[in-house]
Amino acid sequence: MEKPHWLTRLSILAPYAWLVAFFLVPFLIILKISLSQTAMAQPPYEPLFDLSAGWEGLKAFFAGLSLDSYAGIFADPLYIWSYRKSLQIAAISTAILLLTGYPVAYAMARAPRRWQGVLVLLVVLPFWTSFLIRVYAWMNILQHDGLLNQALLALHLIDTPVSWLATDHAVYIGIVYSYFPFMVLPLYAALERMDETLLEAAADLGAPPWRAFARVTVPLSRPGIVAGCLLCFIPITGEFVIPDLLGSSSTAMIGQVLWLEFFGNRDWPVASALAVVLLVLLVTPITIYRQREARQLERS
Amino acid sequence: MAALVTFERITKRFGDFTAVNGVTLEIHEREFFALLGPSGCGKTTLLRLLAGFETPDEGRVLLDGQDLGGVPPYRRPVNMMFQSYALFPHMTVAGNVAFGLKQDGLPKDAIAARVEEMLALVRLAGFAERKPDQLSGGQRQRVALARSLAKRPKVLLLDEPLAALDRKLREETRFELKALQQKLQTTFVIVTHDQDEAMTVADRIAVMDHGRVAQTGTPEDIYQRPNSRWVAGFVGDVNLIEAQVTAVYPSFVSLEREGLKLRVAASTIVAPGMPAAVALRPEKIRIAHAPPESERENNAAGVVSEIGYLGATSLYQVRLDSGLTLKAAVMNEAARAFHVNDRVWLSWAADAGTVLVE
Repeated sequence: MEKPHWLTRLSILAPYAWLVAFFLVPFLIILKISLSQTAMAQPPYEPLFDLSAGWEGLKAFFAGLSLDSYAGIFADPLYIWSYRKSLQIAAISTAILLLTGYPVAYAMARAPRRWQGVLVLLVVLPFWTSFLIRVYAWMNILQHDGLLNQALLALHLIDTPVSWLATDHAVYIGIVYSYFPFMVLPLYAALERMDETLLEAAADLGAPPWRAFARVTVPLSRPGIVAGCLLCFIPITGEFVIPDLLGSSSTAMIGQVLWLEFFGNRDWPVASALAVVLLVLLVTPITIYRQREARQLERS
Repeated sequence: MAALVTFERITKRFGDFTAVNGVTLEIHEREFFALLGPSGCGKTTLLRLLAGFETPDEGRVLLDGQDLGGVPPYRRPVNMMFQSYALFPHMTVAGNVAFGLKQDGLPKDAIAARVEEMLALVRLAGFAERKPDQLSGGQRQRVALARSLAKRPKVLLLDEPLAALDRKLREETRFELKALQQKLQTTFVIVTHDQDEAMTVADRIAVMDHGRVAQTGTPEDIYQRPNSRWVAGFVGDVNLIEAQVTAVYPSFVSLEREGLKLRVAASTIVAPGMPAAVALRPEKIRIAHAPPESERENNAAGVVSEIGYLGATSLYQVRLDSGLTLKAAVMNEAARAFHVNDRVWLSWAADAGTVLVE
């Protein structure tokens, strides 16, 4: 076999170099901090990695590492509660996003070709406004005399204004609104590729529309469903801005707890440990899923 | 024979375009019927009207005497084999073939037995667990065929079933399809733009043009007795000689064109003075170096202007002394008997041609 050109090799290496520099190295730093102890110093933890002290210094460094922060997290029901709350909000929001995003993506994929570009543009249009401004706008809409209450009162659906702001409902509304494009676009990409003749074939073979949908459309759009759910579930679990601005103090998602540990308590080791646990929590099921997929692909 | 499928004055428009224009057609039970025509002639639309994917703007489609109006595709006892095959990519071969049977709620073992039977029928036993993308084009075609036959439809609809195969495989598969139809005794309706395909497989052919049926008949009818210039030109190679009727006799018609006198045994009703075309198949013309000894009904002398070598036959373009050019097809023998610029005599019998008015 011919030796690949050095440029070819470099181009293969480039993404790995990127991942090492901007993912692996920062992760190792966080991992190291999570194994440290808090200290009244700059930076606020110890031990510090110091090569000038030589072999002895290195030994002292490793002796100084401990799992205390992790023990602290698992011992405190507040942290556990926060993780559960975050996963719950992420799971419910992702389910709502899938149920609302699927019909929209389906309608887009079945719209006349010349409309589809415009529809995709409309879905991503909110990105042209700053995310923070959009969340502030929701604060305005959801407040006591906001647009939502005015509309509901005008429609006589409610008699007295509902307090939306600082509730879980507000958090769900904010999340579903913000992540909608991340669910719709991968679903649209999967559905748009689907050959419509397959639905005719299903109908021809005796499947009514709903069964053709369940047996053909849904299985064929599965890559889009998986991608959309991952794109929403993972960042929602670590979401900070939306629960902080729209939720109540009792919402306390893990992102907020993490922020509090870093900036409020200046407890970097615990904050880092929280981040590492969150990462493990999210990466493990995805890895298992991907391995199962790969095995299935091999078998067929 | 009883009509199994009846198209009754069917018209179907797409916007300004009239795809099917007042078509009336009967398809008999256990018949292999071909809808033949160029692309855009409305043949596929007619098939889709029968499958239920389109609804007619005017007219009715009847199956077994029952009006199919308002019956959705999934309740029609017909199945279609799609031009693109439309195999479900996420299912195995067995899953594809079983799909229709599952919709009928058949018991599991009955489905398994039927799938096995169908795969054996199309010689794909042992491929049950493959996915469509692991099959060759020819194998996919057979899976599509097995899937559309699995439910034992009253009518099997084939939309250009062989178009995606390469030439050699296509020609073999024609005969297989014909044999399969005779074995199963199911009514097959095939849509094709390929006249050889239609002639090979079909018992009867409807030749379509611009949303209308131009002619319906057996392959022989269509080839030997075309009813219009268009059908004669579309099906097979033909010399169309535009001429004027000079006299009508009980057994033949005399026509003339620029000094060329023609005698044709005519079944078409014509009168002297009428313009008409004589359709003459190239293989019906005899070519010789000398004037024919026994006087045939039609003779003409000319010069070979071009020769097309087609393997089994050669196609000679002969410019007659009257200025007209005729094509004559001759079986090839060891040595070529005629060359370009040779002076030759063409002759053909009175019953070789057809007089066409349309």
